[in-house]
Parts: sequence; C-alpha cells; structure tokens
Amino acid sequence: MSAYAGDVAALARKDLLLEVRSRDTLPAMLLFVVSALTIFHFALPAGSSERAETGLLWIAIVFTALLGLTRAFAPEREEGVLDGLVLAPCDRSAIWLGKTIGMTAFLVLAEIVALPAFALFFHPLSWELVAAVALADIGIASIGTLLAAIAAASRARELLLPLLFLPLAIPVVIGGVGASIASNPGSFLGFLVLYDGVFAILSWASFEYVVTE
Amino acid sequence: MLEGLDLDVPRGGFVLVTGPNGSGKTTLLRLCAGLYAPTAGELEVEVERGAIGFLAHEPLVYRELTALENLDLYGRLYRLSERRERAGAMLERFGLWRARNERAGTFSRGMLQRLALCRTFLHDPDLLLLDEPFDGLDAEGAHLLHSELAERASVTALVATHDPEALAARSTARLALA
Repeated sequence: MSAYAGDVAALARKDLLLEVRSRDTLPAMLLFVVSALTIFHFALPAGSSERAETGLLWIAIVFTALLGLTRAFAPEREEGVLDGLVLAPCDRSAIWLGKTIGMTAFLVLAEIVALPAFALFFHPLSWELVAAVALADIGIASIGTLLAAIAAASRARELLLPLLFLPLAIPVVIGGVGASIASNPGSFLGFLVLYDGVFAILSWASFEYVVTE
Repeated sequence: MLEGLDLDVPRGGFVLVTGPNGSGKTTLLRLCAGLYAPTAGELEVEVERGAIGFLAHEPLVYRELTALENLDLYGRLYRLSERRERAGAMLERFGLWRARNERAGTFSRGMLQRLALCRTFLHDPDLLLLDEPFDGLDAEGAHLLHSELAERASVTALVATHDPEALAARSTARLALA
C-alpha cells in the first residue's frame, strides 16, 4: 500500500471509529430518513405517480446527506484537530479523501435502511434506482465534504452549508430521478458518473486551498 | 496586526514572544506554521512542514480517541517508523502511560496539555512553535516540559508566553509585541 493510500485508510478508519464511539451522526441520519419517508407515505395521496414517489425519496436522501455533512468536521473543529492534520507532512487531499470515504459509508448505511423502507411504503426498487443512489452517494460525499470544510471555518456554518450544498445537489436529484423512472436510464446514470468525476477531481484538487487560510 | 515586525531567528535560536492579549503572539506562531498566509510583507520559514512542532491553545487531538490512538494517528501521518513505540515513549515521558488507553475527552486540562506536548514532540521537530506551553500544567508537568526542552537545546523555538521568566534561562532573544 502506498503512503498516500495508507494515510487515506488511516483517516477513514479514524472517522468510522469516532462514529462507532460517539454515535453522533449515523443514528440521526437513520432516524431522519425513516421519519421523512414515513411522513411522505402518509402525505402523498393514493395513486400518486412513480415520479412523485421517487422524487420524494431523492429529497429524503439529499437532506439526510446534509444532516451528516453538518457533522462531518465537528470532531476536527472541537479541539482544533484540523490544524494538526494540516500541519502533518501528508498530502492534504488525503484528509478530504478519508473524510469522503467515511461520509460515503454513512450514506450507504443510511440507505441500507432507507431503500427497503421506500420499497415498503411506495413501490419496489429497480436496479436503476439502486445504481443511481450508489453513484449519487459518491458525488454527494465528494462535493459535500469539500463544502463542509469550507463551512466549518465559518461561524455561520449551519446556515452556510445548506446554502452551498443544496444548489450543487440539484443535478444529483435530476440525474437520480431520471435514472429511476426514465425509459433510457443509461444517459442519466452516465450523467451521474460525469458529476461524480468532475466534482471529485475539483474537490480533491482544491481541498488544500480550503484548509489553509 | 504585526505591522513593522522584522524578525530573524537563527537556527538553534530560542525566542520568547511576549505581549498583551490581542497583540498577535498566536497570529505570529500560526503564520510561521503556515496556518495563516501573510496579507503583506514577507515570511520565510526554512523548515519543512513536517518538521514543525506546533503547540496551540487547543490540544489538536480527537476527544473520542485514546491518547495512544491519537499519537498513533499522528505518527502514521508523520511517517514515523516504530510509531507505536515512539508514542508509548512520549506518553511515558510526560506521565501519561497509565492513561494511554483512556479517551482524550476524559482528560483533565493538565492531562490534555501533556498529551498536546506529546503530539508536539512526537516527530522530533526542527522548529518548535509553542503557544503558552505551561498552560494548565502542574509543577510536575512544568518540570517535565523543562526537561524535554533541555534535551532539545539545539532546536529552534518560538514560544509565546505570558510568563517569560519561566523560560528566561533558555531564551536567546525576546520579542515584545505591543
């Protein structure tokens, strides 16, 4: 394993360990996504279109991700740890990648509960929907982690993160809903792959400038 | 802040930085660490990023990780060989060995400062940037820090302090910020 991969693995493992011990983020994400789907189930009139149902699932996923992202840099903020990580001689993008892997893992775990709940409340899952959710997780975690780092440096972080993140999450919702219900899901899945690639590279390359003032 | 400052610290120099609250002591250390970029003027630090030992007001450790896990993580990021052994040795030196498997969040202020000192010295830095290093330390902790600094007499250091007399014997220069 290269030194870079080792750094990333150590940082991602650290995030998962912190969550196992503190249980600050994942239980809140699970509770939120299940509650949101339950509310949507009772709020949506009977006989609603598949598009409406799928759209609500994507809204639940985006806001669940936002909830997790709000806490993404909380452990680093508490004791100024981000300064310590930034001073280490490792590539600073490893901090972003480790955090992104951790955030992706939280999203996947939340969706392991959310998708069966969606199937129970609304309609059966298709492979296109599952593939779109998996691709969206990567894009959401990539750009979301970068934006969470930007917001973490601000006193108005709880306000700033949604303002930065939600506009950039709109393409994910469009691609996700399109891939889930369109007759040609391939093009929407391709769009999500492109989104992931563009924002992962942008975030990876720009993280260094975000964490140094 | 820090207007008109002209400072040249030779290798091995030990500079005490004093001044009232808000005079820029912490800002100067963060500038030297590369955590802030200067908005004007020139700053040159002839030491690589990984060779800086930075002690801040906060301990820069994860509360939910144990003392040993925190140092092990830093050891990994600093590419230290035998990092577990070095982490253990640092904890022993600062009197934290018995608390090595306790989470940092359960530590007292003084223990956190000792852990922060372990983290600062872990990678044998060439440049020490210490912000109020005696903060929270009891007499034994202060003695251990003095011993550590004595062993590293050749290391360049900038130390921001409100108590310059504690380190007066070691200092080669003083910088009083207004």
